[in-house]
Amino acid sequence: MFPNLNNLPVYDTTGVHERIARFCSRSIKSSSKIEGLKLALSMIDLTTLEGKDTKGKVQQLCYKAMHPHDSLKNIPTVAAICVYPSYVGVAKKALEGSDIQVASVATAFPSGQSTLEVKLSDTKFAVDQGADEIDMVISRGEFLAGNYQFVFDEIAAIKEACGKAHLKVILETGELETLDNVRKASEIAMYAGADFIKTSTGKIQPAATLPVTYVMFDAIKDYYLKTGKMIGMKPAGGISTSKIALQYLVMLNEVLGEKWMNKKYFRFGASSLTNDILMQLVKAETGIYQSINYFSKD
Amino acid sequence: MQKKDTSIFKAAWTYDEAPESTDHIQIKKKYELFIDGKFTKPIKGNYFDTINPATNKVIASVAEATTEDVDVAVKAARKAFGSWSKLSGKERGKYIFRIARLIQERAREFAVIESLDGGKPIRESRDIDIPLAANHFFYYAGWADKLEYAFPNRTPKPLGVAGQIIPWNFPLLMAAWKIAPALATGNTVVLKPAETTPLTALKLAEIIQESGLPKGVVNIVTGAGETGASIVNHPDINKIAFTGSTGVGKYIQKAIAGTQKKLTLELGGKGANIIFEDAAIDQAVEGIVNAIFFNQGHVCCAGSRLFVQESVADLVIQKLKDRMETLIVGNPLDKNTDIGAINSKKQLQTIENYIKIGVNEGGEIYQPKCNFPKEGNWCEPTLFINVSQSHRIVQEEIFGPVLAIQTFRTIDEVIEKANNTPYGLSAGVWTQNGSKIFHLTQKLEAGVIWANTFNKFDPASPFGGYKESGFGREGGLHGLKPYLKFE
Repeated sequence: MFPNLNNLPVYDTTGVHERIARFCSRSIKSSSKIEGLKLALSMIDLTTLEGKDTKGKVQQLCYKAMHPHDSLKNIPTVAAICVYPSYVGVAKKALEGSDIQVASVATAFPSGQSTLEVKLSDTKFAVDQGADEIDMVISRGEFLAGNYQFVFDEIAAIKEACGKAHLKVILETGELETLDNVRKASEIAMYAGADFIKTSTGKIQPAATLPVTYVMFDAIKDYYLKTGKMIGMKPAGGISTSKIALQYLVMLNEVLGEKWMNKKYFRFGASSLTNDILMQLVKAETGIYQSINYFSKD
Repeated sequence: MQKKDTSIFKAAWTYDEAPESTDHIQIKKKYELFIDGKFTKPIKGNYFDTINPATNKVIASVAEATTEDVDVAVKAARKAFGSWSKLSGKERGKYIFRIARLIQERAREFAVIESLDGGKPIRESRDIDIPLAANHFFYYAGWADKLEYAFPNRTPKPLGVAGQIIPWNFPLLMAAWKIAPALATGNTVVLKPAETTPLTALKLAEIIQESGLPKGVVNIVTGAGETGASIVNHPDINKIAFTGSTGVGKYIQKAIAGTQKKLTLELGGKGANIIFEDAAIDQAVEGIVNAIFFNQGHVCCAGSRLFVQESVADLVIQKLKDRMETLIVGNPLDKNTDIGAINSKKQLQTIENYIKIGVNEGGEIYQPKCNFPKEGNWCEPTLFINVSQSHRIVQEEIFGPVLAIQTFRTIDEVIEKANNTPYGLSAGVWTQNGSKIFHLTQKLEAGVIWANTFNKFDPASPFGGYKESGFGREGGLHGLKPYLKFE
């Protein structure tokens, strides 16, 4: 069902930034900090999306996903590995026996500038290789040109091609520029069948920001109130420190609340965040910050 | 719109205590009066206790100034006026700058003491009260040597001794609002802080001493209403500046009738916060929260009457309730606290009494569940839905975290209702339509009107009331005028 885009809530940028400042002023200490850090770790989509990716690189990353820091007890694994379609098979095999999901970008990632035919076959290939989740990109050019129906139809077609795989729809908010556009694109994605909405590819600046994520939370909340369906959220790109991750979690906690506070409904698309969280967790246990060289880089 | 159970959005992750440390502050057990540059024992030797409203424990004992003490203070101020008023503006400005810098340097200590003595959350005293107080001194320091440019072709002269009486809701900030323009214009000051929150003003006295300001230019006398009356009735005072309740404001105006004393009053309010259907609703909800729950609602310009356009009323109220569930009420010194302690037992009784009146009047009450500490003065953030202009809780100033919500249909209707109050201090307008904002700001009778925001203050912006909310302006260029005469 194509959503009614005429009556969407509007956003006042200054007001949104003020609200974000309130989330960022929350002081997270002691056991609530450890709880938050572990939760954040469990929500990471550990990502490598580079032209120079190889089988070896992906296998190493998969091992890291399963064994983030073995000298630390009682820590979760990350939620998923995120790779290009050509490495889905490699990742699937490497992660065998774990409950870590394999996510694959598809649909001519990151620009999305290709035909629907190519995008569908890109998606089907990833699914056939065993991808549990597909991270697609929307056609931002068509969106900005006002061809909302085109964007909607494309998402719906990819959703169908996903079969059982979960669909994350990347809005690439850095190219949409206004918060009102972010809301509109979120609405189109959710009504077209997205299981998750996601901010960014990580290839465009700015990538994920708190204000953009806030607006997407608001869209998810309203969508739930209207349809009863829970949509997940994935900010991606630029979330590199524990401090920023905790700010996202505070916002998640106070806007969407406990039902969304798990990896089923919230993910961080990140790579260097993992080690920063591990460093903080080790510090919480030992009282000492260790050198970054004590944490494996895969 | 299909209604779903919205308790699903409830937060699950509770934050551990994050208290601001208090070991860096210095509070004496006993405070004297600050007269003629020295801390002086009160003539009659009486003291009163100042209490931490979050624990109801005594923090310090403070001297009570009687008529005799006020007389000594006024004489000191009169004596100092001679040389202070003749000092060049540039030199006066230097002293004011110095005070501003010293406040900044000790901002953390000021913030903690403000929260201890008054009950406001440390987030507000740290991020709003103290920085704004310093900014007021900085701002008026800049005017001190430019008065002739501020009032071209006129010769501005200081009035003499200013008697200043300030309230308990923003203790240091109100002291700054009063003292900074008075000093910039060459007046001398006798200031009385409120009896429940004297500590930061006395800390300011220490800073003033440290700054080397000539003795007698600023005198700070502590005490309750009688001390204030002694200032108001003192024959050698040239100007009274008062911020507080409308009742006391009326008393002061009567008391000085027939004298040469100049007067500015900044009194109560019952601000209208108006949400149109074309507003950014989510930010408007945040604006409602800032308008009424800022400083526990102890704000004269609080947006205590909410008007919501009927087409979005259900949505706004639902979102407001959801938002209120995430407000953290409790220990003012915890960095995560959104709403602190009610300033005094007496004020808590006043608020509770109004809540009772609201319930008896048939208002639909909503309060989120709060985990209050065992001791101290606490009040839930409270909504009264479906009330009308005829309800007492809509007409009277409560000065607490209590919001009266009405709906409206048309612009003319909401303007009429917003102005249908003896007060006229503040108002807020929420719409994404710019021309609607200007239409309303022309018609609303309020001294300050915010558009798509609320409770924002800046030293450069004049502040003051219409009608029974007072007269005279504080802040900005306008704030200089009440301290000057023109020859």
